[in-house]
Amino acid sequence: MEKPLTKNIQPGKGPLPLNEYEKAGGYAAVRKALKEMSPKDVQEEVKQSNLKGRGGAGFSTGMKWSFVPMGDDAPKPKYLIANGDEMEPGTFKDRLILEGDPHLLIEGMIVSAYAIQANVAYIFIRWAYKQSALAVEKAIREAYDAGYLGKNILGSGFDLEMHIHTSVGRYMCGEETGLLNALEGKRATPRAKPPYPQVSGLFGKPTIVNNIETLSSVPGIITHGADWFKDLSHTDDGGTKLYGVSGRVKKPGLWELPMGTTVREILEEHAGGMQDGVKFRGLLPGGASTDFLVKEHLDVRMDYTEVSKVGSRMGTGTMIILDDKTCPVAFVKNLEHFFAQESCGWCTPCREGLPWVEKILQSIEDGDGQPEDLDLLSMHSKYLGPGNTFCALAPGAVEPLQSALKYFKEDFERHVKEKRCPWRL
Amino acid sequence: MAKIYIDGKAYEVDPNKNLLEVCLSLGYDLPYFCWHPAMGSVGACRQCAIKKFKDEDDKQGKLFMACMEPASDGTRISITDPEAVEFRASVIEWLMTNHPHDCPICDEGGECHLQDMTVMTGHTYRRHRYNKRTYRNQDLGPFINHEMNRCIQCYRCVRFYREYADGRDLNAFAAHNHVYFGRQEEGMLENEFSGNLVEVCPTGVFTDKTLKEHYNRKWDLTASPSICHHCGLGCNIIAGERYGGLRRILSRYNGEVNGYFICDRGRFGYGFVNSQKRIRQILRRGDASGKLEPVDKSTILKHLDKNFSKDRMIGIGSPRASLESNYMLKKLVGENNYYIGISGRELKLINLAIEILQDGPAPTPSMKEAEKADVVLVLGEDLTNTAPMLALALRQAARQKPKQKIKKMNIPEWNDHAVREALQDEKGPFYVATSQATKLDEIATKTWRAAPDDIARLGFDIAHSLNSKAPAAGNSDKELKSLIEEIAEALKNAENPLIVSGTGSGSEAVMRAAANIAWALCDSGKQARLSFAVQESNSMGAALLGGQSLENALERAQQSKTEALMVLENDLYRRAPEEAVNQFFDKFKTITVLDYLENRTTERAHVVIPVGTFAEADGTIVNNEGRAQRFYQAFRPDEVIQESWRWLRDILAEKGHADAKSLNGLDDFSEALIKEYPFFKEIRNAAPPAGFRIAGEKIPRQPHRYSGRTAMTANIDVNVPKPPDDSDSALSFTMEGYFGRPPSSLIPFFWSPGWNSAQSINKYQTEVGGPLRGGDPGRRLIEPSGNGKISYFTEIPEAFHPQKDEWLIVPVHHIFGSEELSVLSESVSKRVPQPYVDLNPGDAAQLKIEEAKEAEIELAGNVLRLPVKYRNEMPQGLAGLPVGLPGMAMIDLPARGKISGAGK
Repeated sequence: MEKPLTKNIQPGKGPLPLNEYEKAGGYAAVRKALKEMSPKDVQEEVKQSNLKGRGGAGFSTGMKWSFVPMGDDAPKPKYLIANGDEMEPGTFKDRLILEGDPHLLIEGMIVSAYAIQANVAYIFIRWAYKQSALAVEKAIREAYDAGYLGKNILGSGFDLEMHIHTSVGRYMCGEETGLLNALEGKRATPRAKPPYPQVSGLFGKPTIVNNIETLSSVPGIITHGADWFKDLSHTDDGGTKLYGVSGRVKKPGLWELPMGTTVREILEEHAGGMQDGVKFRGLLPGGASTDFLVKEHLDVRMDYTEVSKVGSRMGTGTMIILDDKTCPVAFVKNLEHFFAQESCGWCTPCREGLPWVEKILQSIEDGDGQPEDLDLLSMHSKYLGPGNTFCALAPGAVEPLQSALKYFKEDFERHVKEKRCPWRL
Repeated sequence: MAKIYIDGKAYEVDPNKNLLEVCLSLGYDLPYFCWHPAMGSVGACRQCAIKKFKDEDDKQGKLFMACMEPASDGTRISITDPEAVEFRASVIEWLMTNHPHDCPICDEGGECHLQDMTVMTGHTYRRHRYNKRTYRNQDLGPFINHEMNRCIQCYRCVRFYREYADGRDLNAFAAHNHVYFGRQEEGMLENEFSGNLVEVCPTGVFTDKTLKEHYNRKWDLTASPSICHHCGLGCNIIAGERYGGLRRILSRYNGEVNGYFICDRGRFGYGFVNSQKRIRQILRRGDASGKLEPVDKSTILKHLDKNFSKDRMIGIGSPRASLESNYMLKKLVGENNYYIGISGRELKLINLAIEILQDGPAPTPSMKEAEKADVVLVLGEDLTNTAPMLALALRQAARQKPKQKIKKMNIPEWNDHAVREALQDEKGPFYVATSQATKLDEIATKTWRAAPDDIARLGFDIAHSLNSKAPAAGNSDKELKSLIEEIAEALKNAENPLIVSGTGSGSEAVMRAAANIAWALCDSGKQARLSFAVQESNSMGAALLGGQSLENALERAQQSKTEALMVLENDLYRRAPEEAVNQFFDKFKTITVLDYLENRTTERAHVVIPVGTFAEADGTIVNNEGRAQRFYQAFRPDEVIQESWRWLRDILAEKGHADAKSLNGLDDFSEALIKEYPFFKEIRNAAPPAGFRIAGEKIPRQPHRYSGRTAMTANIDVNVPKPPDDSDSALSFTMEGYFGRPPSSLIPFFWSPGWNSAQSINKYQTEVGGPLRGGDPGRRLIEPSGNGKISYFTEIPEAFHPQKDEWLIVPVHHIFGSEELSVLSESVSKRVPQPYVDLNPGDAAQLKIEEAKEAEIELAGNVLRLPVKYRNEMPQGLAGLPVGLPGMAMIDLPARGKISGAGK
């Protein structure tokens, strides 16, 4: 099976230098796009490929690009930004590409920038990804030296300046408008939409923010065509996907698999199943901000459509497994601690609601829970939902909470009733 | 118009508004925090949630924030939907998880928007059973108290301070539920508009530190609609009193004048009213003691009657006294013996402004109109220091032109952060030509530093470039010529060009040049506006009333025999050189001074009559746009303290003047004035007459919750004293009266059921952010002649050439320091700089004067020794001297003088 995202990555070895990357077919997409295709062609090809945003929202990439004003009247400069603020708990997929094959990302970015006629690109990297930043910096330098970046790329007349930005690091920076504010040197608070970044983004100019994995999928689409990309997938969402598993499984890790691989295959075949002595209770399919799936969902195909049908989201596609030796209340409490801490403090429900949720969970866990605490938790999962808060942070934060209350309610009740955590000795 | 449905009821509304604005304008009580009518929406607090339905058939609906949704045609919403109601209560519940619930000891209590919204949403029972977070507070200087624990993180403070007022030293720090609003380091808030935080903050984080010194609840204040007396803009204020002291100043909304805000000089400058230096008795210099001694009223009236003879008398009026007071002085001493107490130079400048605005085609803008200007040229005036609120208006104007592009991007203007992100720091064409650096430079496209004459020459050439009928100054410098062309081009392309100048630079030529530019634009069919800053609260009114300058009075006294002098609310030592004033005073047998504060002039008086400050007096003053506005006493002072006009009436009456006896209430005085000076006929419409009643009732100055009436003076007499009658206005000094909405010029405080804070202003406006119901207060007396004729000024000064060993010394104004009254407030006095002299570092190097070392300045017969401040932007050959600082001699500037190192 083809693995366009990871084909150049060899465990234990650094990324391919430019000449080897080229030898392996690298930068063919740049040549093809800039020399043979119009920006509209590139946009169309990507749209046809059914590539969906790998940051977690799963919005059609081609569609997203199509909202960018084009033509001579369009405001200048336009920006393309690679979102490498990978801070979703349990998620480490973009890091693999950044560290393992930075030229793939750069190639994808050149093509994507060409498609929307952006002349400035930023790679926004989480501060903790030091190795990634070094690898990307080196690759950018090589790409400049080889004429893939800078003025008049490959004689096409297309210019692209590319910069790396290592952020101070907040979860909020992963939200595209929070990222834009951070990149402008402002507080990483989200922006109201509309206007969307495609119209008024970085420094008020048209801007596309795409995830690292999304952009890295673009070279394959251009080189081999939209149909090839669609054929990689088991389902309607095109391409391959980096799936990860963490938790008490035999072989935690990250694999590039066809889009739409079932949860069971990922968990049992690739991750080797649960460790001896522990049993599966549930999983978060794509990072901390997704609803739990349980045993009955194991045959669900992991893509943006299928997981939604069972009340969760694929998110980043990197699962966190809950086993029977781990207290679900403490598990959720840990997540809520993260979200409460990462709230930017802009809107009331998120800023004040999440710390309250965390405190309630902590007291339940400490044996100080009150029966009405469960109602308060439900109130929060309802009112911290989409649209009620300014951005998606709080709605994401209550996804594991609301589903834990659904699937593990008896565990919460036992805590309150017994005034202790049954998992603690 | 758009048709929208609120809880099933159809309304025609403006689609350019958001749903919150529409709901509030329609009179619905929808709670909010982060939205502010002057600052728009940002969607942070989530308090104004409503249910919105897709269409008629959608029964489910979804929660939306009203402030972030346009009122587009066909919108269907519900405010009363149970889920929306519950969510709004939840928002309060969240905000309250960390709020200290310290209302009883909080200065905001009783006028707290958070209290009002809490009650409105019905949140009562606390379910959060954990500790609250706490913060450390900061000392933010003499004006503002900081109590961060009360903060509900609505972000209004930083949005006002940083985004609206362009301040830098207040910011949001940290994140999640520990966001902190303060300064990076403890210290004085630098921005000139910091006091507005008191009203912008929906709770008690930022409160008025000066009020804390003599604290009272809002409901315990007797308040009046008043006009700020600390510059010439006439910002509307509310003055609040208790126990005979002025407790605080709030801004009073006037859509055309100051909108929602006032500057810190206006808010915190009131301390002089309570000053130890107040004159509270009638004083007469004892024959034997030679000291001022208290006497009673009848004695003094008889004494004055004996000493006054009209043909040997001189009266000096005042630009800080009301029209009525100046008029009465004029009546007492006679037209020929009356002099406006303004220096010759300044009077010329004010009269020039009046002439330009009356005879020329360019109208002068209200501050609201100034905010809408898309291209601005400031000539000669340091507005932040002489007309602060106009400077704030111009900061908004600088965003007008860039804002034009948001329409194309489909961003509604109320979507504040989206607008700011689209615009970034982009500013429209904005030019500042002054003699020294000004704070508005930071938003200017270009600045130009030159001597006043050269600023005028720049202006004349811009006018010429716009229209060849306007004479050219003929600047030949290449760089300057390109600047002239650039400014002319920008003005030509403007939709609402605005030229701003003023009397602050002391140069007629600069003002004439400003007029020529505005006229040249009008000549070419542009609707250009022209604004002049004047320095005092009634500079315009006093000049319009007419009379000669103070210098003329000084000359007359030297030449002819005069015996008695009467000075109205004026310290002549601030108006003319010390020596001249001394000689002037020496000429008189009797000097009578009507004033409220001891000063050097009262020291020379034989008789001192105690008069009311703006807070204890009624009257009419005229602002820089020629708007006549009425101010009302907040309290009746001790009986002996009266309005100047009333004292002057008493003196006239004592002389047996028949007319005077018929003058009783303020309206009589205004009418008498109008009769003699029909030009002022509109002042009778500036506010309703004293006989005005609603349902037969007066408008109470006290809220209906006013407390302690039976106890306040019980230590003196257990009988409750009868409240004073007010024959001068339709306001009463009681809590009884009409409790609906008073006419716009008679609003003593803003209050509406359920709305105890300043936010209740919404209920007084025709629509939120719009004019007050019944129209914004004030009547304009000056409009362009409209005869279409333009006669350009042709007197063009010669270019300035630096002279060896001689400097042109120009005036430097200070918002805190240059104004006579506010510096007497303790809080403001802490902001007043020490005297200094500004020098170009090159000039200073030539003189071998190091920074901060003293220079000796020989100027108009004075020798000053002042520390030098290096000013890179001060043109060579110029020096700057602060004006009006306490203890500094009055020197008529600009003037030429010599400077040397003081070491020699």
